[in-house]
Amino acid sequence: MEGFDVAVIGAGVIGSAVARELSRYSIKAAVFEKELDVACGNSSRNTGMLHAGFTYKPGSLKAECAVEGNQEFDQVAAELDVPFKRTGKVVVGFDDHDMKNLLKFKEIGEKNGVRGMRIINKEELNQLDSSAGGEFAMYVPDSGILDPMQYTIALAENACQNGVEFHFDTRVDKIVREDGQYVLKTAKGDFRTKWVINCAGMYAPEISEMLGYPNYPTRGFKGEYFVLDKKAGKFLNIPVYPAPNDKGGFSTHATPTIDGNVLVGPDSYVTEDREDYKVTKEHLDGLIMDGQKMFKHMKREYFIRNFAGIRWKRYNPETGEILDFMLESDEKNPNTVNLVGIESPGITCALPLARRAVKIVAERDHLEANPEFNPIRKGIRRFIEMSSEEKKAAIAENPDYGEVVCRCENVSRAEILQAIHNPLGVHTVIGIKNRTRATMGRCQGGYCETRITKMIEEELGIAPENVRYSKADGYMFTGKVREDV
Amino acid sequence: MRQTDVVIIGGGPAGLAAAVRLWEKGIRDILILEREHFLGGILRQCIHDGFGLTRFGETLSGPEYAQRFIDEVLEKQIPYITDTTVIQISEDKVVTASSCDGLLEVQAKTVILTMGCRERTRGAISIPGQRPAGVYTAGVAQSYINLQNKMVGKEVVILGSGDIGMIMARRMTLEGAHVQAVFEVQPYASGLPRNIEQCLHDYGIPLYLSHTVTEIKGTGRLEAVVVSQVDDHMQPIPGTEKEYACDTLILSVGLIPENELSLGAGVVLDERSKGAVVDENHQTSVPGIFAAGNVLQVHDLVDFVSMEAESLADSACRYLQEGSLPECPLAVVTDGNVTHTIPQKISGTEDFRLSLRVRKPVKKCTIRLSQNGQVVLEKKMPKAIPAEMIQIPVKAEKLSQTGDLEVSVLW
Amino acid sequence: MVRAMTCIMCPMGCDLTVKTGADAGAEKILVTGNTCPKGKEYAVQEMTDPQRNIATSVLVKGGELPLVSVRLDHMIPKNRIFDVMAEIRKQSLEAPVFAGQVVIENVLGLGANVIVTKHVRKA
Repeated sequence: MEGFDVAVIGAGVIGSAVARELSRYSIKAAVFEKELDVACGNSSRNTGMLHAGFTYKPGSLKAECAVEGNQEFDQVAAELDVPFKRTGKVVVGFDDHDMKNLLKFKEIGEKNGVRGMRIINKEELNQLDSSAGGEFAMYVPDSGILDPMQYTIALAENACQNGVEFHFDTRVDKIVREDGQYVLKTAKGDFRTKWVINCAGMYAPEISEMLGYPNYPTRGFKGEYFVLDKKAGKFLNIPVYPAPNDKGGFSTHATPTIDGNVLVGPDSYVTEDREDYKVTKEHLDGLIMDGQKMFKHMKREYFIRNFAGIRWKRYNPETGEILDFMLESDEKNPNTVNLVGIESPGITCALPLARRAVKIVAERDHLEANPEFNPIRKGIRRFIEMSSEEKKAAIAENPDYGEVVCRCENVSRAEILQAIHNPLGVHTVIGIKNRTRATMGRCQGGYCETRITKMIEEELGIAPENVRYSKADGYMFTGKVREDV
Repeated sequence: MRQTDVVIIGGGPAGLAAAVRLWEKGIRDILILEREHFLGGILRQCIHDGFGLTRFGETLSGPEYAQRFIDEVLEKQIPYITDTTVIQISEDKVVTASSCDGLLEVQAKTVILTMGCRERTRGAISIPGQRPAGVYTAGVAQSYINLQNKMVGKEVVILGSGDIGMIMARRMTLEGAHVQAVFEVQPYASGLPRNIEQCLHDYGIPLYLSHTVTEIKGTGRLEAVVVSQVDDHMQPIPGTEKEYACDTLILSVGLIPENELSLGAGVVLDERSKGAVVDENHQTSVPGIFAAGNVLQVHDLVDFVSMEAESLADSACRYLQEGSLPECPLAVVTDGNVTHTIPQKISGTEDFRLSLRVRKPVKKCTIRLSQNGQVVLEKKMPKAIPAEMIQIPVKAEKLSQTGDLEVSVLW
Repeated sequence: MVRAMTCIMCPMGCDLTVKTGADAGAEKILVTGNTCPKGKEYAVQEMTDPQRNIATSVLVKGGELPLVSVRLDHMIPKNRIFDVMAEIRKQSLEAPVFAGQVVIENVLGLGANVIVTKHVRKA
């Protein structure tokens, strides 16, 4: 049976960040993920905001990690070569009640250590973004935007390069304690490990129970989103949020993405199903109504996609109160770290939480630093972002950079090839998409998907029937039209 | 920088027809840029027959129709480059294209836009539900099946009664798939009547009008779709939901002219056609940039694509010879029964061909063209349907040199 | 008997009304609604022996494409479509192949050849 010092359950942004922080030490670590890639759950189903931390209760783990994660992110983005823009954010208000809430959250933000927040008038708001609705706003310069998928991929790839194994399509069904170690029972066999770190996201309560902790009650707050064409992106420079409600929640907002699209959403409603990612007509219709208030270019002709995500929040079933992130390590359940109820702002908090989790392991086991650890990870160079001169040089060096495979996003064959041969060994169509943006444009793969599936087959030597869209049973083809007879 | 009289963007039916006609008119300094490895465009995957009746007087398959033009291009040695994607066209007509050989920059005197169209997607029409594999646009399924030898599914539902959707219903049935039904949200079919007949009726595939897919089910691969009837405002009627177990959903819900390059060149688009605003010479708002074929307006017949491109070539030739074309100050305006017209601007001094589509099916109607309250021309039609483009030749002698041309449908 | 049908001879898709038997009066088959003679021919054919063309693909070995498109050079009885498909499915070709090349001569004795409609050169 294969054995590890540390097993991480879940390859979302938290699991990937934990893996990356673990790889700073000389240990044998592995991540177990039920899906075929990282960030298949809610790590990829969010707004891609680097939050500043002005809505979280002072003194909470959320507040502490959000501010820490926000302020260190320029360095993180540079190390991991992930696109990131510190755009700032405006939280707009219309009336006295909104102003009261804005001032309240400004005060909370200041207590949490958020820098540079100020109230601006309509004129200044319009200078920041002419299409933002609102009479006044709170301007938060530290907020930023990033691609949560690219970020999670970067964390995982950096962990992988520094020695952490990733086991995809490997759901942990059961955990048993045997001879002072844990045995993870999975569909791919048993794995022995000294430590277990629970980063299972929406399934964290179930894993928590397997480890001997309570099955913490969590409640799913689902929200739906529209993705708008880059043509709408040119009308929005900065995330525009409505004034938060009294509890610090935001209703529908418009956010530019790091790639130049616009996200409109999420709304918020309760769901019971752990993976209820379906979008509904009722909520999409609601987003169209609400979205137009925040962003006047919310038009059907700009719709290119939609999606749903769920924030699984820990709560007190008696009072209904939403509880802070849980990060614990109880001696009664030796060699475990339990992370439950990690939701928004999980992307911002991922590395701070990971450091706290890994510190527990490192201190208890007196781990030695990994002398080979390299914090630098290089991403795939994008053709579309190159200047003409850079394009010429790139094609001269590697002619595949000259072959445009995805016409909407101008993704070259060279980029697709690098994505197919990614360090994590992921080869789903969606995996290639998340690594390159191919199929993410307005034609949604109408031109390039046929080319990408063919490249996956050719590069990896697999039959069409074995190409997967995103899930293990998500086959693209049922066979050949004509067999050799 | 390389200098060329004409750069043609796209070697499909429009681009090839324009090239051949230009050559015939004595223009030799032509360059066709094609992103695929082969010339022919989308016709390469349209292996069914029914092409060419108007242009060649016989019925051909798509590849054969394309080959007629490719043969002319080869015989006349008209320069073309394949495997080369145009990534930018500037307002002053510098065309930048990318290939494995590097970046090609060409200063053109005229640019001919013949990039074709793309398919409307699931995301664009916001079909609710989950996101499994097995949801394909009709053209993508056609490419997999006819070009790549890959079968996309066995139990099929089709949303949208566009021509390609119906043609794929037949194609997949011939290859052993079971096509359960075609659903159309409108109260009338969006494709041609003969395709309803020979692609659906012939194979016992029902067409349900005023129905749409209201939920997609499945996590890995598609498992089922929920279909609902819709009301007069195309809103689903609660209580009419019916679930169809299937592994494949084919979407044939519309085509959109592919004008991202045109926008980059500063070409003004028409909100209605989604293509360029052009005058009777097929010249766009940027002098020297012309457009024809599906990039200008979505056609139902390739014959008309070629003919539109040939007419464009006549004007482009004149532009090259004379340095400019006559002003077209008169607008073509429409009533609410017409979706759009091509051209949108005319001179009032020259013959031209007007194309238009009606918004909904009408029987025994009259298409009336008038100027300054005076009838210019009337065309009586036993029936007019949105699926079929209507073409009306207009003689200059009937036109006044002042006053917008008003197009209306009366019944 | 009165039957409504859509003509498939050209994109116009005329709505035809076909009367037979007592409804046709003196004519055996009375066609109205057609705008050209082809419409009448189609309707009569459709009432007596409906015919169709089919287009599909044949496997190509060693070519720049895995398949080549084919069609019939004459129409065949509608009820033999799937029989002909079964015959075509058995075929395979070696690249190069050229448009016009005959894959099956007089398929199933129906008087139609299966012909290639695209050039596929050697890979």
